[in-house]
Amino acid sequence: MSLMHAEQTAIRHPGDSGRLMAWVAIATLPGIITLTWHFGWGVITNILLAILMGWSLEATVMRLRRRPIVATLRDNSALVTAILLGASLPPASPWWLLLVGMIAAIIVAKHLFGGLGHNPFNPAMVGYALLLISFPVPMTQWTAPLGLLSSQAPSLSDIVFHITGLSGTTLPDTWTGATALDAFKNKPETVMASEFWATSPLPEGARTAWYSVSLAWLAGGMLLLYQRIIGWQIPAAMLGSVLLAATVLYAVDPSHHGSPLFHLLGGATLFGAFFIATDPVSAATSRRGKLFYGAGIGLLIMLIRTSGGYPDAVAFAVLLMNFTVPFIDYYTQPRAQGHSRPNHGIKPPPSSNEDRR
Amino acid sequence: MARHFDFPGGIHPPARKQRSAEAPLRSAPLPSRVVLPLQQHIGTPAEPCVSPGQYVRTGERIAIAQGMVSTDIHASISGWVRSIESHPVPHPSGERASCIVIDGDDKDEWQRLPVLNWRQSHHAELIERLRHAGIVGLGGATFPAQIKAAIGEHHRIDSLVVNAAECEPYITTDDVMLRTHADDVVEGARLMAHLCGAERILIGIEDDKPEAINALEASLRASGTDDDAPIALRVIATRYPSGGEKQLIKRLLNREVPSRGLPADIGVLCHNPGTLRAAVQAVREGRPMVSRVVTLTGAAVNRPGNVEARLGSLMCDLLAAAELREAEVSRLIMGGPLMGFELSHTEIPLVKASNCLIAATQDELPTAPPEQPCIRCGACETACPAGLLPQQLYWYARSHDHDKAELFNLFDCIECGACDFVCPSHIPLAQYFRAAKDEIRFRRHEALKAEHARHRFELRQARMEREAAEKEARRQARKAAIRRRSQDQGLSEDSQPTETTDNAANAVMEDDIKTLRIAQAAARAAVKKAEKALARASETGEGDIDDLEVQLATARENLRTTESRLSAAREARENAS
Ligand code: SF4
Ligand code: SF4
Repeated sequence: MSLMHAEQTAIRHPGDSGRLMAWVAIATLPGIITLTWHFGWGVITNILLAILMGWSLEATVMRLRRRPIVATLRDNSALVTAILLGASLPPASPWWLLLVGMIAAIIVAKHLFGGLGHNPFNPAMVGYALLLISFPVPMTQWTAPLGLLSSQAPSLSDIVFHITGLSGTTLPDTWTGATALDAFKNKPETVMASEFWATSPLPEGARTAWYSVSLAWLAGGMLLLYQRIIGWQIPAAMLGSVLLAATVLYAVDPSHHGSPLFHLLGGATLFGAFFIATDPVSAATSRRGKLFYGAGIGLLIMLIRTSGGYPDAVAFAVLLMNFTVPFIDYYTQPRAQGHSRPNHGIKPPPSSNEDRR
Repeated sequence: MARHFDFPGGIHPPARKQRSAEAPLRSAPLPSRVVLPLQQHIGTPAEPCVSPGQYVRTGERIAIAQGMVSTDIHASISGWVRSIESHPVPHPSGERASCIVIDGDDKDEWQRLPVLNWRQSHHAELIERLRHAGIVGLGGATFPAQIKAAIGEHHRIDSLVVNAAECEPYITTDDVMLRTHADDVVEGARLMAHLCGAERILIGIEDDKPEAINALEASLRASGTDDDAPIALRVIATRYPSGGEKQLIKRLLNREVPSRGLPADIGVLCHNPGTLRAAVQAVREGRPMVSRVVTLTGAAVNRPGNVEARLGSLMCDLLAAAELREAEVSRLIMGGPLMGFELSHTEIPLVKASNCLIAATQDELPTAPPEQPCIRCGACETACPAGLLPQQLYWYARSHDHDKAELFNLFDCIECGACDFVCPSHIPLAQYFRAAKDEIRFRRHEALKAEHARHRFELRQARMEREAAEKEARRQARKAAIRRRSQDQGLSEDSQPTETTDNAANAVMEDDIKTLRIAQAAARAAVKKAEKALARASETGEGDIDDLEVQLATARENLRTTESRLSAAREARENAS
């Protein structure tokens, strides 16, 4: 047992689990700021509400489980889940939508499975997927990128009125727009991609807005990599496989598929690669396993985007790959020193039987 | 390619060696009382051969090795045996063990063994000497040195590795000892290489010990004859745990010790410099192991440094001599901060395994923050020098899922604590792994117990059968003798009945003899196999040696049975013809 701990010494080290999660929260700032800049105050209200709900839910569960409340909140995992879910939902979502999502994330996905470290599924994505299936209408209505300061943008009071749920489930028409992926998904079969873009199907500036948000997530991801909060394996494998699949599809049939750049920047790909898929608890655990896990998510994203029923697919791809984690973990054990081959599969090692004889 | 010559993982904890390495090696004051545990080595405890009130001299044997894996214990001061009693010993859970307590007379009268010249002595004599001088590995495992020295009988050893890496923070015993006694260490390496038949010697040392490296270089230039094995000094970059036996072999030779195997399986033998010096002293000066070098350090001592102290000295006395500021101590650590354990008090003796004692203040080594859930971040995997997945092992160790833990190679864990060091959730991983290993070993032991009883029963059966067979053989021999005598006297009536035996009976006898000959060959093979298994177990110190001894005895009985039966059958054939 080590009586010395890295974080208590002078060496470079990310610190304890709570600080690790705090860094993730910090790294979401560029993305959140850019989102807010383009999509208005609704982003902030989403996130703040989600954080409040996340903390209260976590505290309630801890009370029921008779565990220390403050110490658990300090692990910052509820904070991160709340930020991620808040940032994924359409800006200015009504409170009940957020609440249902957070209950699914914190209570169902995390604590019913035994709490932090035991959850097989990514909590934020469980919340997101549940909402997407149950409430498809409010979930696919994204506000138009009217900008934070422009005169058309809804004012803060409009938004507050909206999130109370008093204005009904749909947003005023002037606010809404589809996401780029969504619009492209719904493009009629007969229309060529080039023709489609020529009709300017999206509100003005939407594509630029989406691209810049993606780049902001990328910046946050770089910070996480630099701070060694996450490993390079999952993002690299996931982005690599998205790029590869998109390039192949685009090369084969450029008229009906989005360009690789579009797939990379047009949706939640980068957000997913750095903030969702890298959730250590629900990801494959070995370094080699993470490569398979990331690549699987990338391929599933492309599969769902091109042939599935949902425009963006990060949540489903991540959840599906969460299912495969035990399997990946069994088959990607590294070769231990002194062994000629790694152990694979789930049979007990032959050596132990020998020993028992 | 450089990557190949390397073990995976590893960490760079702060070394904190400076303070104790600066001071020269000192001698600790002669203690007025020593407490010598009967077990200071891996294996069977020694049996006391002195009684209270008896006068003993320094170096006199006070307890005799028992069984194959064991070693003698010697008085470390001269004086009177006070008692043989249970006393707290260095142990993570503060256990007591039986110890011989000696009250000193302050004269330090020595009794040495006869001096030997290793270049001219027989191997057997040298190996006997190591056993009688109580030499054990000082690197931490305290494995009796004579077994390692004799390993050449079963394995071909090509390289002897001197493990002077000393990678764990705070510890500087080898570093400081090498500065003053490099000559002894080099000679000890030659002695051991001579015994095991190694063709070359490699000294592995980390690059943060320039003075020790200089001393070694100087003594390499100065010593050695032409027919000695060549010695190479290999300076390696500092990284924990390079001093792990398997890790050092990987770094120096790019060979991997097979899982559950020994370095000897890949032609390597590893020794710690302190052991080599002790071995040379035992041979050249006839000096049994009565002292060792220990590092006394930590921010709470005023005079940190290394002292050569008599075994059995009490830790509190050693710390007092190093001017401990008792009020400031927050943790007392035996061994290094990564693999060592905390002591609750210091009324315990220095034993052969004690290499370092750290009196740390709260600022220096703060108490560990509370354990948090594993977030599977994989930091531990990156640090593991054995290429394991500690996060998975932790999961299975916690849920007592032993099969899965073994599938994830629990037994390849060297308990280095690198994973604990980096874990952001402060999980004492190595402690979990040690506990899981103990649990598995215990279960196996329980399963073996039943087996052991069966083996004992088989031995009894075999003995009875052997006795019966021998009786029969004696009867046949007597008969043959009588017949021969009567033939000599020319009495032909007795031989009358034999002529009536027909050829058929003769053929049956021939067949019997053939079957017996086959049985004899099989019994001989069984004895060989049992001998091998026993030798292996005593080399590794693992496995149930008692049980293997019983099995060997059974195999020997069976061999004697078949031999007796064979000779009886032969006599019978003679008698019949
Ligand atoms: S370092 Fe600790 S928290 Fe991270 S995976 Fe390993 S055991 Fe879990
Ligand atoms: S204690 Fe075991 S599992 Fe942990 S780093 Fe060392 S060898 Fe690996």
